[in-house]
Amino acid sequence: MEYLGDVWFIVWGLLWGIYFALDGYDFGIGLLAPVIGLSRTESAAMHQATGPFWDGNEVWLITAGGVTFAAFPVAYAVLFSSLYTPLMLLLLALILRGAAAEFRHQFQDGRWLFFWDLTLAGCGFLAALLLGVAFSNIFRGLPLDADQVFQGNILNLLHPYALLGGLLFVLMFVYHGAVYLAEWVTGDLSVKAALAAKLSWPAFMLCFLLYVILTFFWVGFWDRYLASPLMFCLPVACLAAFLASGWQLYLTGHLKKAFLYNGLGIICLALTGVMGIYPNLIPSRLDPLGAVTIAKAASSPKVLLIMLVVAIIFVPAVIAYQWWAHRRLAEKIHSDYYLKA
Amino acid sequence: MDPIILSRLQFALATFFHFLYVPLTLGLAFFIAVMETRYVRTGQEIYRAQAKYWGRIFLINFALGVVTGITLEFQFGTNWASYSRYVGDIFGSLLAIEATAAFFLESTFIAVWAFGWNKVSKKVHLTAIWLVSGSGLMSALWIILANGFMQNPVGFKFDPAGRRVVLESFTAVLGNPYGWGMYFHTVFGAMLLCGFLVMGISAWHIFRRRNVEFFHKSFKLGLCFALTFSILAGLAGHQLGQITAEYQPAKLAAMESQWETRTNAPMHLLVIPPYDDREENLVEELPLPGLLSFLATGDSSSEVRGLKSFAPGDRPPVWPVFLSFRLMVALGTLFVAVSVLAALFRRRIPELRYSLLLFVLMIPLPYLALELGWAVTEIGRQPWVVYGLMRTAAAGSPIDWYQVAGSLVVMGGVYTVLTVLGFFLMGRAALKNPGDYDAGGYDAAQGGA
Repeated sequence: MEYLGDVWFIVWGLLWGIYFALDGYDFGIGLLAPVIGLSRTESAAMHQATGPFWDGNEVWLITAGGVTFAAFPVAYAVLFSSLYTPLMLLLLALILRGAAAEFRHQFQDGRWLFFWDLTLAGCGFLAALLLGVAFSNIFRGLPLDADQVFQGNILNLLHPYALLGGLLFVLMFVYHGAVYLAEWVTGDLSVKAALAAKLSWPAFMLCFLLYVILTFFWVGFWDRYLASPLMFCLPVACLAAFLASGWQLYLTGHLKKAFLYNGLGIICLALTGVMGIYPNLIPSRLDPLGAVTIAKAASSPKVLLIMLVVAIIFVPAVIAYQWWAHRRLAEKIHSDYYLKA
Repeated sequence: MDPIILSRLQFALATFFHFLYVPLTLGLAFFIAVMETRYVRTGQEIYRAQAKYWGRIFLINFALGVVTGITLEFQFGTNWASYSRYVGDIFGSLLAIEATAAFFLESTFIAVWAFGWNKVSKKVHLTAIWLVSGSGLMSALWIILANGFMQNPVGFKFDPAGRRVVLESFTAVLGNPYGWGMYFHTVFGAMLLCGFLVMGISAWHIFRRRNVEFFHKSFKLGLCFALTFSILAGLAGHQLGQITAEYQPAKLAAMESQWETRTNAPMHLLVIPPYDDREENLVEELPLPGLLSFLATGDSSSEVRGLKSFAPGDRPPVWPVFLSFRLMVALGTLFVAVSVLAALFRRRIPELRYSLLLFVLMIPLPYLALELGWAVTEIGRQPWVVYGLMRTAAAGSPIDWYQVAGSLVVMGGVYTVLTVLGFFLMGRAALKNPGDYDAGGYDAAQGGA
């Protein structure tokens, strides 16, 4: 039954990756709305692009959180109580994002729309930054004492490496959202979105490379990867997917592929990070005894097995029906659409 | 300041705000599904308009349910880390299954319903709302079974290492009688809340003599909900009372402010519990002989434990539990009475005048009753976080009080603003004419979203 903990460890990383790849474009589009959605119809079109999907995307977060709780209760307890304030801020961003999605179109008043556009952009920025900062801190290790009690404060969490991680997430999601938007809207807005994608990709890649170099050589992933070199295929796949996304964007102009490659890259990035801390869920940089390992954190084999059966049945089903729903609901949005209203 | 107290306040705040939206989501999804089924069966446009009109309110309400719900799943980790470590094996898995098996379905198909009026076939669209309704009810089941474990822990064993409890029997956890008792009472309550909301809004339109035919149809289905489910909620509540008597006698004693253990226990109509350390009621009048024993166990000669039989440290706070319970029961009785009255006058509703306003005034009361019910359940569970197994005082996180104070203030402020805004927008949507939702433009493109 030893393998069950490992299986769940990988599923855990995979769920976070899927969440980033899906909600990431919502955050990115929210962030871009005040920048490129200059007319009222354009910003409305940007909201319509994410309107049917943000909620379904957010459930991946609920699932990732729920799986952390179910499969690794100790990790859930230590992680979320240690990162109390950042997590509360993330929740605040998600609350206001959801409110913005539902409230924004209720009044066609300029100031009202502007307020929610700014809120959405602020929430997108905050959520992306916090997710990047939080996961960078996990990769680097939290200051946990031997009893797994957090001995840091919010300022320790804002280490330059973590802030670089936050910036990476912001740029990655902006690029992700821009590509998605360019594919699903038409006319000037699509051109502007594609331009935003083309401008953000180099910054994103630069940040990505710097982050990976630091993660491998300063945080110490290199040694752990050397121990089982097969894992190197993850960061390589990640880089290849991001490059393929850029290739599709600049050279073939196939935006859907650019988006899908980038999503794949994001998932590989999450797995790269998670495999780099194996067998820890939360390494400790204060006292190695405080590290939350799979063995220390995992639920009983019985629960892991039941959960695995549930996951094997439902997760592919979820992916299938979300895919179907996206195919049925997504359509090219014309930004002159609203003029009829 | 004690972080535990603040964490409790924060949890109460988040759940009570969340539960302003959950019942209507459950009830209205079912209501709309019935209306849309009529549309698909008969092809009459009025039923399509019904689905769209009520759908508008439903979607605002749903969004608020989502944004207030998201904090709940994470609060167990942020504020109740010791609890999460101790029972995560069982409790966490129920939450995870809820997200995977139910909430995904609800969130995805609500979008298909809201945005798919012109994009999927009639039958697929109808299936979408039934899936939303069914998955909402499934969601509620998983969550309440998780809560049921806190009320009546079953199917667990102590881990050899001793720092947690682990799952022994999944079927026992799923078959927890306390969980099922709460589930039916809650779901029936949700349906009756929807019934009264629909009746209230419809009555207002009928009172204003607008779209009378349309709203008479809504009213009748709302009445059907209110009548059926106020009776069922009462019966399920009685059932839950018996389950409580069996598994949480201290809660039952607090609900009734019953201090002495006695057989053939009467129910007193007039009771004033003590406000200090005294262990007897200040006033205890108008006894109905044997009724409490009968209600608690089905046998009027049976023994009912009083609060004195529990150590003072094991008793829940009496006043809030007692008052919430009495008020909830009074409201529940009122719901049955008003539903029966409305049923007698159901054909004459369009001719009524000022008596219609009664139904408008009724709208907030089921909300109050449902929140009171949860107050009974959760305050009555104290001082335990998991009844008999773990005390609330031992369940917290190693966090600083000012962190919790900060999040409490911010969350309280944000939820208050969003709730005011949300109910204002729902009210605004309710005051519109059904025809407004079939006009062209943005609303139509979003299917009334």
